[in-house]
Amino acid sequence: MSEAPLLEVRDLAVGFESGGTVARAVDGVSFRVARGKTLGIVGESGCGKSVTAFSIMRLLPQPHGKILGGKILFEGQDLVQASEAELHRVRGGRIGMVFQEPLSALNPVQTIGRQVMEALLLHKPLTKEAAWAEAITLLDKVGIPSPEVRIREYPHQLSGGMRQRVVIAMALSCNPSLLIADEPTTALDVTIQAQILELMLSLQRDLGMAIVLITHDLGVIAQVCDEAVVMYAGQVAEYGPVEALFHRPAHPYTRGLLASIPRLTTPRKSRLPTIEGAVPALNEMPAGCRYQNRCPYAEARCALAPPPLEAVGEGHAVSCIRWRELPEFKPVSPAAV
Amino acid sequence: MSSPAPILEVRDLKTHFPVRGGIWLRSVATCKAVDGVSFQLLPGETLGLVGESGCGKSTLGKSIVRLLAPTAGSIRFEGVDLATLGRKKLKPIRRHLQMIFQDPAESLNARHTVGQILEEPFIIHGIGSAEERRASIDTLLDKVGLPRAAAHRYPFEFSGGQRQRIGIARALALQPRLIICDEPVSALDVSIQSQVLNLLLDLQREFHLSYLFITHNLAVVKHVSDRIAVMYLGRIVELSDAEDLYARPRHPYTRALIAAIPEPEPRATRPRFIGTGDLPSPINPPPGCPFHPRCPHATDLCRREPPPLRETSSAAEPSHAVACHYDLLPAAIPSPLGAPQKQESRDT
Repeated sequence: MSEAPLLEVRDLAVGFESGGTVARAVDGVSFRVARGKTLGIVGESGCGKSVTAFSIMRLLPQPHGKILGGKILFEGQDLVQASEAELHRVRGGRIGMVFQEPLSALNPVQTIGRQVMEALLLHKPLTKEAAWAEAITLLDKVGIPSPEVRIREYPHQLSGGMRQRVVIAMALSCNPSLLIADEPTTALDVTIQAQILELMLSLQRDLGMAIVLITHDLGVIAQVCDEAVVMYAGQVAEYGPVEALFHRPAHPYTRGLLASIPRLTTPRKSRLPTIEGAVPALNEMPAGCRYQNRCPYAEARCALAPPPLEAVGEGHAVSCIRWRELPEFKPVSPAAV
Repeated sequence: MSSPAPILEVRDLKTHFPVRGGIWLRSVATCKAVDGVSFQLLPGETLGLVGESGCGKSTLGKSIVRLLAPTAGSIRFEGVDLATLGRKKLKPIRRHLQMIFQDPAESLNARHTVGQILEEPFIIHGIGSAEERRASIDTLLDKVGLPRAAAHRYPFEFSGGQRQRIGIARALALQPRLIICDEPVSALDVSIQSQVLNLLLDLQREFHLSYLFITHNLAVVKHVSDRIAVMYLGRIVELSDAEDLYARPRHPYTRALIAAIPEPEPRATRPRFIGTGDLPSPINPPPGCPFHPRCPHATDLCRREPPPLRETSSAAEPSHAVACHYDLLPAAIPSPLGAPQKQESRDT
């Protein structure tokens, strides 16, 4: 990793103000994304994965959301310090965005064509005719059949999968070097999800962009990402190449998550391993490790100080002081049908 | 497979909705949400019902408990046909037939305490004194793993997983024999999902419950079900033993669904067959086989005639029915589990 990463998030802390107190939703998150690679951010509701994504684009809900500290270095520029005018050039230009619900990302009273053209005209010196033609090319590229007809239609006339393709076309309109996708397939059916993920990967191959994919679905991470960050309660529990994360998970939380998903190879009607308890509330975070109340391996010293991120292997780090002492992780072997 | 009498027998069930349009809101078309579904459910058995949005799986579930009125067909629950039963006669049967919904936040009355929510079924059916009801509520909370003190709190004070436990407790209140679970874990995080699935399996063993388990999640449905029905555009396209469905999927749609599951296994080199195209609408379903516009093997016959659900197993094997005109070569679309494929292939 000698080359400078495309995106580097360093010690990011994000808080939400309410009634005079600040809840730290993201607390000391760091990761890097290399050019052309896919990084997954995975975690359960409330772990801060979407807040992290919104921070990168500086789209935190205002006035309550605030970046409290840290750096977001994108192509050498710190987005935390960037002016609104600079951010305008980056958003939708160098960074494309895809959100979970395509229906709310699209304007219901404008045609598909107008919306795709808007992004083009905002960032490129094009005539309207040229933008129209380019919009058709883009829709074709994301696999929308008969784009010259569809371009005149409204979002409600398209299916969920087709709408998400339109959103992707808009995100790609200015050849971004980074695509941030927040749960892009969560609202879609499995067969459509598979189509959209395939599309994103093939576009990545063609265009060479990096992707940050936020999801709660470990299956999607495994299928699509090169590396992943596992977040828990606003912090990074573990990160690494997906192969290492899924086969040699070092954090008890990652292990717990992997064990609790029913797979096709899990014996039917068997008891699934569970993670007992629940995530502590943001204003009740314990000192020390935030996973201690649910962790089967927790001991007294886990409550003393927040565990530092320690290197486990090549590009693989974990925030657990006991990771060396944990029993060997038994991956569910596909042979155990 | 004909030893015990089925607890539920659905035959040729149809639930159609008029689609209204124009200024007089006249019926301009019919949405055939459920269009000729038949299956049986045995006591203590779980039948999984899987399909994508709009396939009619939730409509089917709601029609069975008569939250929706079926258009045609019969729903025999313990021998009584619910499809035509009036409200008065339906009420005593409803105690044995309960439902769990996807979003516990929406299906629990926010203004009632958990105690009131759990007491309501007893009041509706006039069961027990106030004293006895309170004792029953305590037992129910114990069963679903919630503290007894929960009875005095409101649903919003609980997390999603705990709220789903409240929904399950309410469904259990009157000791039902059949529970329709409509996406019971879809709104939950994975660590909570496994807790709720374990609870449902434990309760089934303890009370010998039958479940109709409706979900879009193919890994979850395999885990909980004995048999699985795959729905597409209002019809069952495949109905089989759970293991056999995944080892030897017969319908091209089932194969597409299984291939599309994102398994939590990095770079799994599973052969992919990703269907192209979108779900057609049940308002104007295509003629012939409903899947033919997306099917890579479709022929003129498929475009013309709807295939019936037919048995493909021999008498000795577990039943495996499929609604496809062809016995497709398993080699044509390999199974995702890479199970040895020494299937007979009579025809293509």
